[in-house]
Amino acid sequence: MSEVASNTIARENLYGLAAEFATTPGIYHAAEEAHSAGYKWFDCLVPFPVHGLDRAMGVKMTILPILVFFGGMLGLTLACCLQIFTNSLEFDIWALIPVVGYQYDVSGKPLLGAAAFVPVAFEMTVLFSALTAVFGTLFLNKLPMFYHPTLKHPALARATDDRFYLVIEARDPKFRLDEVEAFLNSLNPETVIALEK
Amino acid sequence: MNVAEVKSDNIRLGGFAAKLGPILAVIGIVILALSATLGESAGWNTFWKSYLVGWMVTLGLALGALFFVLLQHMTRSGWSVSVRRLAEGVAKNLTWLWMLFVPILVLVLKGDGEILYQWGDTNLMQTDHMLHAKAGYLSPTFWSIRAIVYLVVWTVIGTLYFKWSTAQDRDGDIKWTHKMQKWAPLCMILFAFTQSYASIDWMMTLQPKWFSTMFAVYFWASCMCGFFSLLILLARFLQNTGHIQKSITTEHYHDLGKWLFGIGVVFWAYIAFSQYMLIWYANLPVETNWYMTRQLGGWGPVSLLLLFGHFLLPFLLLITRWTKRWRSPLPIIAAWLLLMFCVDIYWLVMPVVPEVAIDTATSYNELATNITNAEIGYGFSILNFTCLIGMAALLLGGTLINLRKCNLVATADPRLREALQFENA
Repeated sequence: MSEVASNTIARENLYGLAAEFATTPGIYHAAEEAHSAGYKWFDCLVPFPVHGLDRAMGVKMTILPILVFFGGMLGLTLACCLQIFTNSLEFDIWALIPVVGYQYDVSGKPLLGAAAFVPVAFEMTVLFSALTAVFGTLFLNKLPMFYHPTLKHPALARATDDRFYLVIEARDPKFRLDEVEAFLNSLNPETVIALEK
Repeated sequence: MNVAEVKSDNIRLGGFAAKLGPILAVIGIVILALSATLGESAGWNTFWKSYLVGWMVTLGLALGALFFVLLQHMTRSGWSVSVRRLAEGVAKNLTWLWMLFVPILVLVLKGDGEILYQWGDTNLMQTDHMLHAKAGYLSPTFWSIRAIVYLVVWTVIGTLYFKWSTAQDRDGDIKWTHKMQKWAPLCMILFAFTQSYASIDWMMTLQPKWFSTMFAVYFWASCMCGFFSLLILLARFLQNTGHIQKSITTEHYHDLGKWLFGIGVVFWAYIAFSQYMLIWYANLPVETNWYMTRQLGGWGPVSLLLLFGHFLLPFLLLITRWTKRWRSPLPIIAAWLLLMFCVDIYWLVMPVVPEVAIDTATSYNELATNITNAEIGYGFSILNFTCLIGMAALLLGGTLINLRKCNLVATADPRLREALQFENA
């Protein structure tokens, strides 16, 4: 029977169970076990990057590079449209409003001088790629996040110092309190902690 | 994979690959000798320009290797130890590569330099005002002295770094690593100067009035493109013939792919465009005629081939992670980029117009006609291929012969363990 998830935490208020490890091999093998046991909603809290931990957890490759690529393409397209429009275009919006670009003759260069457009197109591509990378990272990591249940338990503060934690969340479809606790205990943790939402 | 296991990873060149070296070298010498006999019928200007293309390509590959080796020691890199010996094997060719330059040196010193370089024409150098001002720098004697200095510097550095690195294989002493690291910065400075001036002396002065301050960097970027392609292909070839299959991992190919993408494709395009845009914007006749030569008389498609084949296509192919990590795409892209490197050098050397044809034109249309008519070196000659193939075969053969004498991996390098365990994040 459940010993750690004491009656003080109601089942609907239970965020998950955390197992505490003192070493990197401990957390690494625990992550491998949790992955092969079929848990989906689990995470590792570590004070420093542990090499290969994401692979042990079975974390999939991020889609951020694809977002960045299309962000860059958007910047490229916008830069080209902006320059073509401001330099030369003449057209009517809905056949009503006539629009004319600034058709300046700069040292005899053609209005649509492709070479002159490249620096702006390049910079806009870089800018949009960079912005997509920054905001994409924040979005994919659900940041900014002002509260997280793992911050609530005082023991887990050691995740920023000298302890490693494997947290299996209660929303995991395979989460059965007794089974998870037995599973975590089988990994030889220092201790198992119940976390409140 | 740990350091002790490397010794049982087929680190000695054997079988087909070991026999291929001498065969390639003999083929290279035969093809070069045949090319020389064809020189008379094809025209000596065509021969010497083709010879210069072959020379700049082979030299560029060896110099790229030398830069890579020096850079790894300067930065004390761990990941590259698995592939560094192969680069050292390519750079070791600089020991004998100077011999291929001797014919050009003799040509210039003998006073027949004008067959290849317009500044070899003493009459032109004295009558033209601008060329007269450059005559001191472009005198055959000073030019030859500089060339000898470059060749000596490269020969010494290329030979020594191979020697020191293989000496460490035998005695396992860490002092060799310290020695290579100590000398790397100085060698790098020497390398930067010699390679820059060599590209200016040997290629930029083909059009003696033209100048571009970016030319040396452009040539360096081209060399890096060629070298990283060659290194990827060489590593893949050795692994396919049963060597060092565990010492070079996917992670190393991934990093070499990044280098190829970053320097060989993107940086090359960045420099190529910067050079083009500044000349296009300033619109000075003395500068623009170089690009005009490369847009007229059949060279336009070659320029576009470089834009699409050397930049846009490889950019899209190499930007994703999987093309650099999967076994098949990377060597195919590398082979394509090696071909593009040859086209690039061909494009730099071949289109040359006599300065007279440019000076006498009084209008744009007349200039265009003059350039089109004067297009020496337009029209394919069999020599364009034979000189290049002959020298490339010599370089590859020489590389395989160099690698027969040593381990294919620097087995005693103190950072080998780091290289074997290296992983891309």
